[in-house]
Amino acid sequence: MPVTFAPGSIDELEKTVAWAIGEGAPLEIVGAGTKRGFGRPVEAAHVLDTTRLAGIGLYEPDELVMSAGAGTPLAVIEAELAERGQELAFDPADYGLILGDEAGRQTIGGVFAANLAGSKRLKNGAARDHLLGVQAVTGYGRIVKSGGRVMKNVTGYDLCKLMAGSYGTLAVLSHLTFKVLPRAESEATLLLAGDAAKLLHALRRSVGTAYDVSAAAYLPEAAAGRSTVQGVAGAARAAVRVEGAGPSVAYRRDRLKDLLVGDGLDAAAVADEDSRALWREIRDLRLLDSAAPVLWRLSVPPTRAGEMLEALGDAGETLFDWAGGLVWLAASGLEAAPPERVRGAVREDGHATLVKAPIEIRRTIEVMPPLSPGLLALNRRVKAGFDPKGVLNPGRLYGGV
Amino acid sequence: MPKPDAEVLRRRADLIDALRAIVPGEGVIVENAELRAYETDGLSVYRQVPLAVVLPETTAEVAEILKLCRRMGVKVVARGAGTGLSGGALPLEDGVVLGLSKFNRILDIDYENRAATVQPGVTNLGITRAVEHQGFYYAPDPSSQIACSIGGNIAENSGGVHCLKYGLTTNNVLGLEIVLPDGEILRLGGKHLDAAGYDLLGVMTGSEGLLGIVTEVTVRILQKPETARALLAGFSTVEQGGATVAAIIAAGVIPGGLEMMDRPAINAAEDFCHAGYPRDVEALLICELDGPAAEVDHLMGVVTGMARQHGATFLKESANDEERLKFWAGRKNAFPAAGRISPDYICMDGTIPRNQIAPVLRRMAELSDKHGLKVANVFHAGDGNLHPLILFDGNEPGQQARAEAFGADILKLCVEVGGVLTGEHGVGIEKRDLMPEMFNEDDLKQQQRLKCAFDPTQILNPGKVFPTLHRCAELGRMHVHKGRIPFPELERF
Repeated sequence: MPVTFAPGSIDELEKTVAWAIGEGAPLEIVGAGTKRGFGRPVEAAHVLDTTRLAGIGLYEPDELVMSAGAGTPLAVIEAELAERGQELAFDPADYGLILGDEAGRQTIGGVFAANLAGSKRLKNGAARDHLLGVQAVTGYGRIVKSGGRVMKNVTGYDLCKLMAGSYGTLAVLSHLTFKVLPRAESEATLLLAGDAAKLLHALRRSVGTAYDVSAAAYLPEAAAGRSTVQGVAGAARAAVRVEGAGPSVAYRRDRLKDLLVGDGLDAAAVADEDSRALWREIRDLRLLDSAAPVLWRLSVPPTRAGEMLEALGDAGETLFDWAGGLVWLAASGLEAAPPERVRGAVREDGHATLVKAPIEIRRTIEVMPPLSPGLLALNRRVKAGFDPKGVLNPGRLYGGV
Repeated sequence: MPKPDAEVLRRRADLIDALRAIVPGEGVIVENAELRAYETDGLSVYRQVPLAVVLPETTAEVAEILKLCRRMGVKVVARGAGTGLSGGALPLEDGVVLGLSKFNRILDIDYENRAATVQPGVTNLGITRAVEHQGFYYAPDPSSQIACSIGGNIAENSGGVHCLKYGLTTNNVLGLEIVLPDGEILRLGGKHLDAAGYDLLGVMTGSEGLLGIVTEVTVRILQKPETARALLAGFSTVEQGGATVAAIIAAGVIPGGLEMMDRPAINAAEDFCHAGYPRDVEALLICELDGPAAEVDHLMGVVTGMARQHGATFLKESANDEERLKFWAGRKNAFPAAGRISPDYICMDGTIPRNQIAPVLRRMAELSDKHGLKVANVFHAGDGNLHPLILFDGNEPGQQARAEAFGADILKLCVEVGGVLTGEHGVGIEKRDLMPEMFNEDDLKQQQRLKCAFDPTQILNPGKVFPTLHRCAELGRMHVHKGRIPFPELERF
């Protein structure tokens, strides 16, 4: 009979994991459970729910640092930060809707465990770049900590990096300490229209300037058509975002416009609330068909975006973020976008993850990017070094990992 | 350090022959006089002549060397430019130094993807030099950037004055080629973002040569800001300086660099390179703002206003780039400057929460009295990273031991106020025995289990970072207790 454990303290968490080790009973680790539809299905006897490990512990806005229990809803954290004009600069995405759940439910532990970053990852780094310290319980049933609360720290191995993106397969995160940053007082987004290849080139040119572009995306016509922001629908668009103090934003927007307009490209701009709304739509994949049963996520060097569009543009709806380096493909089924086709297009310089597919498909094909034999072996050894009995989210990433 | 292995010492000649079969000619160094060039790194109070030095030129040679050493049970200490400040490249009597100085080529510069791929022996500044004609640069800039290698930067996760805004090495590395101790060659990341599998790229960065040998590095390059200006602000107390730092950050301004020096450091730097620093202040801030001119003008106004509000007695803005670089020259040469006012010094590297700057400096002054040694302070104030320079004379009996005790007290103080032992120099040999100040036995054992996943026979740089060595088999052992179902009274659903 599967049981859900919901420990309310690190000690209870430690006891739960120790018990599972003793019983040889694997645990599925969940926060709000919004990403359960993503990744390899976990074969676990019981569920370990972290949502009671909640609450903001420390928040020192002047020190740009916050710590919170892993089960704290991201929405609670973002609201608290907004009160002091701050934000998580890695721009955590919310895939609740596209994964068939609701929006706004995910926990901070889930955000870091999945290393989720949004459009601003281009400039500000991923979740892993903002995680300063962790407390967690390993598959040895022991409480460990790594990192601290200061920005600069090279004391010991950087286990925070390892925890970010490990999907609960190495240790159960209990408390996280992370960097917070001031939110820009204003922003503007340049909207370019024209030929796809030229728009993709414009994205790369924009991020190669000194104008501190914080996000750059290409929206094919179908994606642009889903936007609720005035002036976006009607054509394929390149969106280029700048943030900062008012005069600086206006200056950079204008310089970018001078640079990019011409040669068949036109430009308009949206500002502040409209700009933020558009980037929420892009980041949270609201511009893709949420009913599409298959969703691929590709990471490639930005110069390969055109090639991806060419190879996969007719396999479903696409959306290009990170100056073209992050490619989303929503397809009507696996027949339209089979792994051979998608991964065949990506080849070696990049990788493709099957983010969403029916569970029976996720059981039978490799959803995470295939690793070279040597790298897979090392991943397995790392897993064994943290969770030798395989009780924490076994098989969430790869067989045996 | 671990006790030298007599068997390895006895088989030195065999080892040398085998190394020469892999790396021909002058790539294997065995003469004592030549080995002495490798006996220490930037932490020169520790010295040890290695068994041999090998300078491979290809990844395949690195793999063969590691396979050989693993087979013969010989320890391997990787070395870049030898500028590290925590003794990470200190040789072992029974170990080989694997020097990467011949890996000095720039392999690929890809402006459109904003990435440069280089060999690990290329200097930090060498990357910027290779791309600056296109307006690009590599952001992390340790003070030793003219000499230190990018491979060493990876090993130590080096910082620099610009990492407040642009991040440390770890935030600017996109990909690595590494060789594991068993000779396996792996690629981590690349020009795309977010490598598949566990973030081994993040783990390798800052791993101090204990996990693998880096043979290729891909870093992010950025376009240089349109303008950069620096402000010097002098204060009559360190409290005022510290409060100004806190106020700037709290106001949401993230400067390109935000540094502080105390009076002894200011005077030493001014004597050394005439940077234009005021000599009659107790604390000096250097604040660099970069970006479009309009933004820099605006922020310069904000920062200047804050400095005034906190009682600045000296304010000077750089009038041009030449002057800005002069302001920085003083700061970047603070270490050699300290070397001129004292026969010896050791440089500490703790990080503290910014709001603890003034109280920590006050307590450091008390510690200075207690140990009877002077200290000069330069630090990356914006991110709370202190570099106290403890001045001593190694020829005076007992002074080195006192300096080390003083340093340990400072680092314990950093941990006590919520900080850490090292911000950017690494643990190495220097801070190894202080690790238990920050980590308990479980924490340290878990870190060592990670090492075992990479290096199960522990041939890479043993004796560094961890105060106690455990065999991997012992670390992997697990005590399993069958128990009652935990807290059944808790909610289950």
